[in-house]
Amino acid sequence: MLSSEKIYKSLEDSDTIFTIDDSIENTMVLNMGPQHPATHGVLRLLVKLDGETVVSCIPDLGYLHRGYEKLAEHCSYHEFIPHTDRLDYLSPLANNVAYVLAVEKLIGIETTCRVKFIRVICCELARISSHLISVGTFAMDVGALTILLWTFREREKIQDIFDVLTGVRFTTSFTRIGGLANDLSDEVKKMIENFLNQFPEKLDECEKLILKNKIFIDRCEGVGTISKDDAIQFGATGPILRACGIEHDLRRDAPYLVYDELDFDIPVYSEGDALARFYVRLQEMRESVKIILQCLDKMPNESIRINVPKKVLPQKEKIYSKMEELIHDFMLINFGINPPVGEVYHSIESSKGELGFYISSNGSGYPWRLKIRSPSFCNLQIMPKMIVGSMISDIVVIIGSVDPVMGEADK
Amino acid sequence: MGIEERESFFTTTIDSLVSWARKNSLWPMPMGISCCAIEMMASADPRFDISRFGSEVMRFSPRQSDLMIVAGTVTYKMSHVVRKIYDQMPEPKWVIAMGACTSTGGMYRTYSVVQGIDQFLPVDVYVAGCPPRPDNLLNALLEIQKKVKNGNQKSKREKIYIAE
Amino acid sequence: MKELIKKKLQEKLSDYIIDIVEFQSDLTFVIKAENLTIISKHLRDDVELEYSLRDILAIDRYTNENRFEVVYNFFSIKNKLRIFLKIKIEDAESVPTLVDVFQSANWYEREVFDMHGIKFYNHPDLRRIYMPEEFQYHPLRKEFPLMGIPNSISLPRN
Repeated sequence: MLSSEKIYKSLEDSDTIFTIDDSIENTMVLNMGPQHPATHGVLRLLVKLDGETVVSCIPDLGYLHRGYEKLAEHCSYHEFIPHTDRLDYLSPLANNVAYVLAVEKLIGIETTCRVKFIRVICCELARISSHLISVGTFAMDVGALTILLWTFREREKIQDIFDVLTGVRFTTSFTRIGGLANDLSDEVKKMIENFLNQFPEKLDECEKLILKNKIFIDRCEGVGTISKDDAIQFGATGPILRACGIEHDLRRDAPYLVYDELDFDIPVYSEGDALARFYVRLQEMRESVKIILQCLDKMPNESIRINVPKKVLPQKEKIYSKMEELIHDFMLINFGINPPVGEVYHSIESSKGELGFYISSNGSGYPWRLKIRSPSFCNLQIMPKMIVGSMISDIVVIIGSVDPVMGEADK
Repeated sequence: MGIEERESFFTTTIDSLVSWARKNSLWPMPMGISCCAIEMMASADPRFDISRFGSEVMRFSPRQSDLMIVAGTVTYKMSHVVRKIYDQMPEPKWVIAMGACTSTGGMYRTYSVVQGIDQFLPVDVYVAGCPPRPDNLLNALLEIQKKVKNGNQKSKREKIYIAE
Repeated sequence: MKELIKKKLQEKLSDYIIDIVEFQSDLTFVIKAENLTIISKHLRDDVELEYSLRDILAIDRYTNENRFEVVYNFFSIKNKLRIFLKIKIEDAESVPTLVDVFQSANWYEREVFDMHGIKFYNHPDLRRIYMPEEFQYHPLRKEFPLMGIPNSISLPRN
């Protein structure tokens, strides 16, 4: 095929770090993926090997390119909310919040305090559930299968909370522009509290199983190390950046929602290897528990939609009983919210890194251009740098520690 | 079983014996592409526990499996890979199209998404949902088991649709 | 802080900046394409700024002149401030690459090339990143239909 030939050619051309003098011609090109259990979806890597050492590596993306950005130009602002679920499908709620915050910034409205707290709870629950999968699959790739089953058991409890809170387990579409679909009921509050009370203990159990395991530590320590400067140069964000010793978290650096009122730490490690990234994720889950407990305490009792009838959809039950609400609903659904002309960018710290939406509006009901700045895409770019020079069996460790989600990387 | 009588229905019993064995040890090839893959993983976890039906052996090598679960949006670029892996599976083989995107293209009516994998693959069971709940995937597995139990290859092309 | 940085940038780069747009607290500097490398080098090297490139995107305005806008998204971990640089180009006009300034620009530029067909000169490896290599169109151009061109990408035989 034409494309493969071109890729092979660029493999030949790309400058290699390892040049072994006087060696026999013993390099080979190995194709890894797109269907490979360790590639977390449909990532394809072409690696050139000298014996067992990787000489160069070229990722090939696009096997899950679904055309979101084109689709967004044909969706009204409300219609695009369900699409954001499927971007980073490990933490759908965080994506909903990120998109809605960008649209709210474009219109220039601010939601009520209760909504902000509930959104923070949603983001952090999503972060826990995403990191649980990341930790589990990472351990599985290295060879510790039990962890995956244990983390999945915990994740199912979060899915149950989502089930009651949003109505579905997985693809939530929970947020609305200017509010939320439902309120957080006392039942859900109780479920969240029950979950959080037992969660740190279960996490300890998981940690005990692997972090004192010599095989696991030896497999991860010093693998895929990158330096501070490289991480910044390549635009890496999230746990990768924090594992290199840079204390950068958008929750702290550019606070959105109510993060500036909450007390939490940002775990930072300085090693920059796979193990450090693993530790960062484990610590972040504990911090998320702290954040959610504070939110549940501080959450005021308020309405969950603001009253801006030209921009925000009215409550469903009012549509059936009140004339005015019915008209507004009809106008919003048929003609869109018509935001002012201009361009905004809003980003949040999702579980993978900086997730941002750049919206360019021309005043009509459809976005003229919507660009998704997906953390997985940007984090993947640094991966060849980590892989080159390591052994072939370290590739799975490195992919697991970067934790890319291809739905988001390919868009 | 009638084995000692040595009657003509002996071969049919072997057939049904084989399909009984086959039915209870369907080894899936998890073609996890996107969101549905996570729910497919969830169906193997302790709560939903796909091993109750003998299918917990997820084989990532197509040569060892007889049931392909296509979970996720198949793009044009990916379709060649999916077909190649299907071709590598030994006969007899079955296919579950899990989720709306896989069955019809779903919410992605765009330039890069194949509008239904039946354009290039013979599908046995379509499962609705975006993504389907793990219990629905188990339901599809049971439907496949029924099909395998009947054993006759003629009815293989008959399609089953599972609602959400 | 923001006003300070804005002022500083205005002083240092006043020769290069055509226009400054501030909308909903997002700061965008409109510049000329030929000055892009100098400005981004300055943004990176100035010890008080230390900007890094976070994203590149293009907008198809679908007008006769200045059809495309290329937007560069910079964030400074030191100042915790985000700015955007915007250049306006004609259809089929190429843009200088930023790969020698920021290595992260490599994939961002490939993505813009794949989606909009904007060429970056001196880019080391300008291939498509999402679509198959043999695909002939650029999907995010406004004239490209949402459902694509029939039979433009092949399917395997049944």
